[in-house]
Amino acid sequence: MIFLELFIRFFFVGLFAIGGGLATLPFLQSMGETTGWFTASDISDMIAISESTPGPIGVNMATYVGYQVGEISGVAGGLFGGIVATLGLITPSVIVVIIVSKMLQRFKDSKYVEYAFYGLRAASIGLVASACLGVAKLAFWSSEIMTETGSVFAAVNYKSIILSAVIFLCITKFKKLHPIALILLSAVVGIALKM
Amino acid sequence: MMKTLFKMFLTFARIGGFTFGGGYAMLPMLQREVVEKYKWATNDELLDYYAIGQCTPGVIAVNTATFIGYKLKGIPGAIFATLGVVTPSMIIIGLIAAFISNFRDLEVVQWAFSGVRAAVVALILSAVIKIGKKSIVDIFTALIFVVVAVLSFVTDLSPVIFVVTAAVCGLIIKISKEKKAKEDEK
Repeated sequence: MIFLELFIRFFFVGLFAIGGGLATLPFLQSMGETTGWFTASDISDMIAISESTPGPIGVNMATYVGYQVGEISGVAGGLFGGIVATLGLITPSVIVVIIVSKMLQRFKDSKYVEYAFYGLRAASIGLVASACLGVAKLAFWSSEIMTETGSVFAAVNYKSIILSAVIFLCITKFKKLHPIALILLSAVVGIALKM
Repeated sequence: MMKTLFKMFLTFARIGGFTFGGGYAMLPMLQREVVEKYKWATNDELLDYYAIGQCTPGVIAVNTATFIGYKLKGIPGAIFATLGVVTPSMIIIGLIAAFISNFRDLEVVQWAFSGVRAAVVALILSAVIKIGKKSIVDIFTALIFVVVAVLSFVTDLSPVIFVVTAAVCGLIIKISKEKKAKEDEK
C-alpha cells in the first residue's frame, strides 16, 4: 500500500529532520535513492517550486513528493498522496511540541529557564535576521549575471532594492497596512516592471 | 470552543498562505495576527517558540503553530492551528502539480516573485527591528544576536547549534551576574 508507505516514510523525516524545512533535504535524497520515487534533479525542481510558492518549505516539499508518488492512481491519487505525505511529516512534530509545551508550563517559573531564554531569544532573532539576509541576497543580487558579465554593477538588482526600500517606508509610515496587502502589491509591481 | 478553534484554523491558514520564503518569513505575519490582532501570544513567547521550534524535529512554521495552538486551547488547539498552517500549501502545491507543469518557467510568475521577495526582505527586517528592541537588552544579547546572524548566514551550521549555545551562554552570563551581585552585597 503505497499511501501507507508514504505516511511512514514522511513520519520518519518529520521525526529526524531538526532545524527547519531545509533540514529535510538529506532525508529526501536518501528517500529518493531507496524508493526510486524521484531523482536528484526532481529534488532540485521540488526545492525551486517549494521556494516560490507560499507556505513552509518542508510542507511544500512533502506535498509535492506525495503528489508525484500518488499520481500513478490519477489526479485524485496525487492529491491524496500530497495530504498523506504532509500529515506524515507533521505528526511527529505536533506530538513532540505538545510534550515540550507541557514541560515548559511546568518549569515556566524556574529562574534557570528564564536565564536560558535570555540568551536564546537573542539567538532566535539572530536566526531570523540571517534568513532576512538570505532573502535579500536572492532578491538583490544575481550570481548568474555576475559570472556572465563579471560586473558587480550589472549583478545588482536596483529595481528590487528600491521596491524593498519603498515597502519598508510604507511599513514604518502606515502601521495599519497588513503584510498581505504589501505582498500582493509588490507582486503586482513585480509584474508591471517585469522585474 | 469550536468558534475559537475555527478562528485559529483560518488565521493560521491565512498566515501559511501568505508566507513566502520559509518559516522565518512567517514572523511579520505572526506578529500582526497572533500578537497584535488577537493577542494570543506575546513577542517574547513568539521568539521562544521559534527558538525551541528549531531544536524540536520538523518544520519551524508547523512547530510554532502547534505551540501557539496548544497554549490557547490544548491539544485540539494544537491540531487546528497546525492543520491551518499547512492547508494552503497542500491546496496550492496540489493544484500546481496537477495542472501547471511549467509553473516555474512562466515569466509572469518569476516577475511576481521578484517583487514579492523584495517585499519579504522589508517585512522581515521591520519585524526583526521591532522584536529585537525587546530581546536585545544589553551588550551580551547584542553580541549573541550579531554572531548568530552572521555565522548562520555565511556557514551551513545547523540552527540547533546556535540555539543550544546561546541558551548555555544565557545561563552562564546570568548566573555569573547573580554571583557578582551577591559578592558585592557582602
